[in-house]
Amino acid sequence: MDLDYGSLAELVALAEARGGTVSELVLEQQAEQLEESQEQLYERMREQYKVMEASAAQGLKEGVRSASGLTGGDAHRVRQRLEEGRSLCGPVFAGALARAMAVAEWNAAMGRIVAAPTAGACGILPGTLLSLRQALGLGEREVVMALFTAGAVGLVLSGHFQLAGAKGGCQAECGAASAMAAAAAVELAGGAPFMVENAVAIALKSSLGLVCDPVAGLVEAPCIKRNAAGTATALMAAELALAGVASLIPADEVMQAMKRVGDAMPPALRETAEGGLAATPTAKRLYERVFGKGCEACGACAGE
Amino acid sequence: MNVFDIIGPVMIGPSSSHTAGAVRLGLVARQLLGGEPVEASIGLCGSFARTYKGHGTDRALVAGILGLRQDDERLRGSLELAAQRGLKLSLREVELEDAHPNTAVIELTDAKGKSVRLEGASIGGGNVRISRVNGLPAVFTGERPTLLVLHRDEPGVIAAVADRLSRQGANICSFQLARLQRGGLAVMTIEMDAGVPERMDEGLSTLPQVLSCTYLAPI
Repeated sequence: MDLDYGSLAELVALAEARGGTVSELVLEQQAEQLEESQEQLYERMREQYKVMEASAAQGLKEGVRSASGLTGGDAHRVRQRLEEGRSLCGPVFAGALARAMAVAEWNAAMGRIVAAPTAGACGILPGTLLSLRQALGLGEREVVMALFTAGAVGLVLSGHFQLAGAKGGCQAECGAASAMAAAAAVELAGGAPFMVENAVAIALKSSLGLVCDPVAGLVEAPCIKRNAAGTATALMAAELALAGVASLIPADEVMQAMKRVGDAMPPALRETAEGGLAATPTAKRLYERVFGKGCEACGACAGE
Repeated sequence: MNVFDIIGPVMIGPSSSHTAGAVRLGLVARQLLGGEPVEASIGLCGSFARTYKGHGTDRALVAGILGLRQDDERLRGSLELAAQRGLKLSLREVELEDAHPNTAVIELTDAKGKSVRLEGASIGGGNVRISRVNGLPAVFTGERPTLLVLHRDEPGVIAAVADRLSRQGANICSFQLARLQRGGLAVMTIEMDAGVPERMDEGLSTLPQVLSCTYLAPI
């Protein structure tokens, strides 16, 4: 099949021409590329989905703490408020935020997660999809298939720039995940492939310029809340695209813009923990709290 | 690239470079030893040295040394597991000239007193690059079947090694030779395409100029 993930517009046009979904097209092409059957590939993706589900369930439990001790327990807070019927935005939205944070907190707690596309942005896709599955009463198969759509968007993005905060800032991690989740959400809600393209463009535009400034260099603050933000952006972009809202700038050009913005970012704002939030007085205090100045807290050398 | 490079890998958090990559460095060191270590000495350099605790890099390195994979849930408790298995562990900061910021130096010893020393870096996205083995330069990724051939520098050794490999059906995709001095000790680092027979080091060990040969399966 002649599909190289060089352009989202081409991918979407091919899906439209065939009259099917983006995920069906991608599953067929990937099976060809990897020389495996579509059933095998589906099973592999289902395994990734099961890990996502388990990581959200673990992260939502009470008492989750990160290795550094800086974070944990916030997903549980959001879910509790939702379960008490007091959510401001309703179950789809609040449920997505809670699950996104749950997976990101579980990651920080050295839990087992699916990098999607990275560990730092691992909550956005499961947060969005698991919440939509519950809210729309979808079957497992539809959600697993939507992961192929998300994966295809990630492949197109990775052709433009490396999906890494150290290269392109947080926009290249949470922004990418947000666009992937928006695409999957549109397909899950029954939107046409052209709507997928618009959702990707809208999600990316809303993430443009987002810097990577991890407090103490850890994948925790602001990463966990940015996973919630990326999920909110994904749902917003899907909602707009499903209503027929188009992006004036096509998705492929937004990706090119994102690459240029990433290149223009100073190193201090690209995962070095030297700028942005990481350079605040509080962040510096937290750094000392976690790392101190010696290695006495580790315990590995104790007894020698 | 394929969709599973994007939706994946499955790993233990929090960071592909500080956790997943560190596990793989430990795994390569374990393979190099070729047996169960009873003692492990870990030197951390640069960002690894400064931030290992918050990222759990120490736990990840030890997990790899114990043979756990990057998605093994026991990774979090690897220090406790090491204590249970009687692995003597020490951790220190090291300074290395021109080293990648996420570099670790791992020295392992087995019950018979055999020891190995590996220097390597986690270079992002869970990928690693080994730079030195037992003090000799040896650059490889651990992603492919790899042979480390320690030999005497003599004319014709490379041809002899390449000949034996080709007869075993191996396709070499990366080859380096580092020589300490003319006529002295030299090391070949050979990466091959997948599908080579296991234990292909045995065929090379019988060559007169070859002092030792280690086969590392892809991790």
